[in-house]
Amino acid sequence: MPAAIEVRDVHKRFGELQALSGIDLEIRQGEFFGLLGPNGAGKTTLISVLAGLARADRGSARVMGHDVRADYRAARRSLGVVPQELVFDPFFTVRETLRFQSGYFGVRDNGAWIEEVMRHLDLASKAEVNMRALSGGMKRRVLVAQALVHKPPVIVLDEPTAGVDVELRQALWQFIRRLNRDGHTIVLTTHYLEEAEALCERIAMLKQGRVVALDSTANLLKRVHHLFLRLRLSGELPGELRPLEHGSTAEAHILRLKGFEDVEQALACIRKAGCRIEEMELMQPDLEDAFVDVMQRS
Amino acid sequence: MSGFPTLLYKEVLRFWKVSTQTIGAPVLTAVLFLFIFSHVMEGRIRIYDAVPYAAFLVPGLVMMSVLQNAFANSSSSLVQSKMTGNIIFVLLPPLAYWEFFAAYVLAAAARGMVVGAAVLLVTLPFVEIEFRRPLWIIAFAFSASAVLGSLGMIAGIWAEKIDQVAAFQNFFIMPLTFLSGVFYSIHSLPAFWQGISHFNPFFYMIDGFRYGFFGVSDVNPFRSLAVVTAFLGVVSAITLTMLKSGYRLRH
Ligand SMILES: Nc1ncnc2c1ncn2[C@@H]1O[C@H](COP(=O)(O)OP(=O)(O)OP(=O)(O)O)[C@@H](O)[C@H]1O
Ligand SMILES: [Mg+2]
Repeated sequence: MPAAIEVRDVHKRFGELQALSGIDLEIRQGEFFGLLGPNGAGKTTLISVLAGLARADRGSARVMGHDVRADYRAARRSLGVVPQELVFDPFFTVRETLRFQSGYFGVRDNGAWIEEVMRHLDLASKAEVNMRALSGGMKRRVLVAQALVHKPPVIVLDEPTAGVDVELRQALWQFIRRLNRDGHTIVLTTHYLEEAEALCERIAMLKQGRVVALDSTANLLKRVHHLFLRLRLSGELPGELRPLEHGSTAEAHILRLKGFEDVEQALACIRKAGCRIEEMELMQPDLEDAFVDVMQRS
Repeated sequence: MSGFPTLLYKEVLRFWKVSTQTIGAPVLTAVLFLFIFSHVMEGRIRIYDAVPYAAFLVPGLVMMSVLQNAFANSSSSLVQSKMTGNIIFVLLPPLAYWEFFAAYVLAAAARGMVVGAAVLLVTLPFVEIEFRRPLWIIAFAFSASAVLGSLGMIAGIWAEKIDQVAAFQNFFIMPLTFLSGVFYSIHSLPAFWQGISHFNPFFYMIDGFRYGFFGVSDVNPFRSLAVVTAFLGVVSAITLTMLKSGYRLRH
C-alpha cells in the first residue's frame, strides 16, 4: 500500500528566500496528520508542491504513490485541498461552484454527494446564493465543500477554521472525523493548537522550511517534562519564586516547574512567606508548550 | 471522464451571465461606428467599383467585434482569476494543459462569434449585404476568433495586473486591427502601406472574411486562410508552451 503522501528532499526557493530546505515526510493512508509551524514556516508552500500549484526545485512528492509531476492527473485526482486564502468566483452561486468543481475532476451526476456535503457544512440554505453575497465564514465552508466534491482519498486543509464560528468548527470536525473513519487521510494545518492536539494522531512541526519535529501527538506531549502550577494568592508572590513565573493573568500566577518535587518546595516557600493560597491548579503541558519548546530548541 | 466540457461550459456561462456588458455593449459600439462612418463617408468612396461603403464596412466592423471580444474574453477571465486567486479552482483538478487551452480558446471564439453575429443581425435592416460564400464567413470568423482567444490567453497569463492586459490590447491588438483594413480597402492606400499591410496577419482575417460576403477580395481567400491558420498554429504553440511550463500560473 503506497503512502498517502510521500515527500523526499523537497527544496523550494522564491527568489532569495529559501521557503523549503529539504523536507522529508511520509504520511500513511488513513492518518489524521497535523502540519504545524509559525507564520512563514513553509506549510502552505509544501501543500502547494503536493497540489502542483508550486514546483519543487529539488526532490520529489507523491500522493497515493503518484508523482505530482510525472503522473499529475492521478496525483491531483487523489487530492482535495482547502486553500488558506479565502478565494471564490463571484460569477456563480454556491451550487454552481460545487457542480463546476466536480465537473473539473470529471465527476458527473454528482448531485447526491454535493447535496450531502452541503448539508454537513450547513450550506443547503445558501445553495442558490451568489458567492459574492456570502459572509467570510460561509465562503470558507464552500472552499471546504469544493475540496470534497470528488471524494479524494487524501484531504489537505490549510487553516480551515480561520474565521469560522464555533458551530461550524464543531460540525466541520465531526464531518472530517467521519471522513477519516471512512478511510480518508487528513492533513491539517492550524494555528489553534488545541484543535491539532485533539484531532491529530501524528504531527510534523516546521520551522524555516525544515521539519524540526515529527512524532505522534502523545510522544510530543511526553517530551515536555515540565508542568505548570496556577496560583491565586492573598499577597505578593514570594521573591524566590519569581524566576519560575511563566506568565500571569490579572489574578493568578503561573509557575513553570520541572517536576512534581518542585510543587512541594513552591508550596513551602509560599507558606514561609505568610501567604495564603486562594486557588490552585496543577496543569499538564499541552501541545502549545510542546510547540514552544520545539521552536525554542531548534 | 475529462474536466474539459465543464471548463468550457463554465467559461461560456461566465460571459453569458453578464451579456449586457459582454455582448450588448460591443454591439452598440459597432453600430455607432457603422452609422457615423457610413454617414461621413457615404458617396465618397466606392470599393471594388460596385460595393457601397456602408456595405463594405459591415463585415469589417463585424470582424473587428469578433477579434476584440475573443481577445477580451480569455484575457480578462484569466487575469481576473489570477488576481482574485480563484484560478486555483482550475489548477487543482487533473486538467491537461491542452484541455485548459481548448476550453479557454473555444469559449473566447464563442463570445467573438456571438458578438459578431449580433452586430450583423442588428445592421441587417439598415444595410443591404450579400452572403455569397457563407462557409468562408464561418471559416474566417472561427479561425480569427481562435487566434485572438489564444492571444488573449497569452496576455492573461503574462499580465499581473488589469492595466497590463489593457496595454497589450491598446498597443498591439488595436493597431493591428485598425490597420488591417476594417474601415478601408488597402487598395486605397499608397503602395508602401499596401506592402506593409501584407505583413499584418489581421489583414488576412478581414480580407478573407469579406470575401465570404462579396465574393471579391484583395488577396486570394485560400492564401488568406493559409496565413491565418499558420498564425493560429504559431500563437497556439506559444500558448501551449506557456501552459505546459506553468509560466506565471504554477510557481
Ligand atoms: N509566491 C511566493 N512568492 C514569494 N515568496 C513566497 C511565495 N509564497 C510563499 N512565499 C514565502 O515563503 C515562505 C513560506 O511561506 P508559506 O506560505 O509556505 O508559510 P506558512 O507556513 O504557510 O505560513 P502561515 O502560517 O502564515 O500560513 C514565506 O516567507 C513566504 O513569504
Ligand atoms: Mg500558510
